Amino acid sequence: MSAHFSQASAPVSVKIVISGGFGVGKTTFVGSISEIEPLLTEADMTQASVGVDDRSPVPGKVTTTVALDFGRIRLDESLWLYLFGTPGQDRYAFLWDDLVEGALGAVVLLDTSRIEDCFPAIDYFEDHGIPFLVAVNNFDGMERFELDEVREALGVVERIPVLDCDARRRDSVKNVLVALTEEVLSRRLEHAVTR
Amino acid sequence: MSDRRDEATGSLPRHVEDDDYDELVIRPFLLTGGRTRPAREGLAIETLIQARPGAMLSSLRFEARQIVELSRNATSMAELAAALKVPLGVARVLVSDLVDDGSVTVVQREELSLQLIERIRDRVRAL
Repeated sequence: MSAHFSQASAPVSVKIVISGGFGVGKTTFVGSISEIEPLLTEADMTQASVGVDDRSPVPGKVTTTVALDFGRIRLDESLWLYLFGTPGQDRYAFLWDDLVEGALGAVVLLDTSRIEDCFPAIDYFEDHGIPFLVAVNNFDGMERFELDEVREALGVVERIPVLDCDARRRDSVKNVLVALTEEVLSRRLEHAVTR
Repeated sequence: MSDRRDEATGSLPRHVEDDDYDELVIRPFLLTGGRTRPAREGLAIETLIQARPGAMLSSLRFEARQIVELSRNATSMAELAAALKVPLGVARVLVSDLVDDGSVTVVQREELSLQLIERIRDRVRAL
């Protein structure tokens, strides 16, 4: 009985995945809105190593660690939102299944000088039917592109939201997250209609 | 620039070279007796863990005891792994054992209903 009680009062946790290329600003994005310092937690790669590279006789030795950024926002007393920054490189793609499973949606952060860096993330979310949007992180002094140009370069379908953001600014990060929830909702409603 | 840490995120060899090597890479697997897969599925990175009221600490070794103490209030797997300074995979094995022996429970995840998503949107907007 007491177990039921503690379950009933326990909070709900929801996660959003922040992805994109190397150095695009994922840590900054998470840090701008998180209540806790973005901490690094290491996901071990042993399971992947077992299949991919099984030459070492000592299992611990083949393990590599990957640092993941994460942040937490207590939306209310019983609803906690977690943000997880995923390493964007192809070689970490195996981690994504784990991170993306059960996610509300994903933000693909984009640096317009290295657009191709975010292709793996976009492909992944499209293939897995994860609601996502593309947020163009505008650094100071960077050439700005029209969002339509970015969309064209990305080759994403018209309905995927592409918006500007400044990962250093809390209100800007907040807008991106609100836009993502809107995207998740509109996909849900579409599915409801077509079903 | 503010993005240095993102670079650290991507480049692991640099981490491995420093003094934390033993702690980060070798030691965690000693903690789990060499096991890399938890007995229990469903411990996602955001999954909340809660200690059972009255969970006995006396018989638990250090890391397990720390997990039970940290999860007196529901705590995510990510936070547990970070607090223990162990990889998530190691935290999964440790937590899985504690679920099996009844020290902690896994907080049931809630379906992402329309109502829940709207609540998230409204709360984020109000931040």
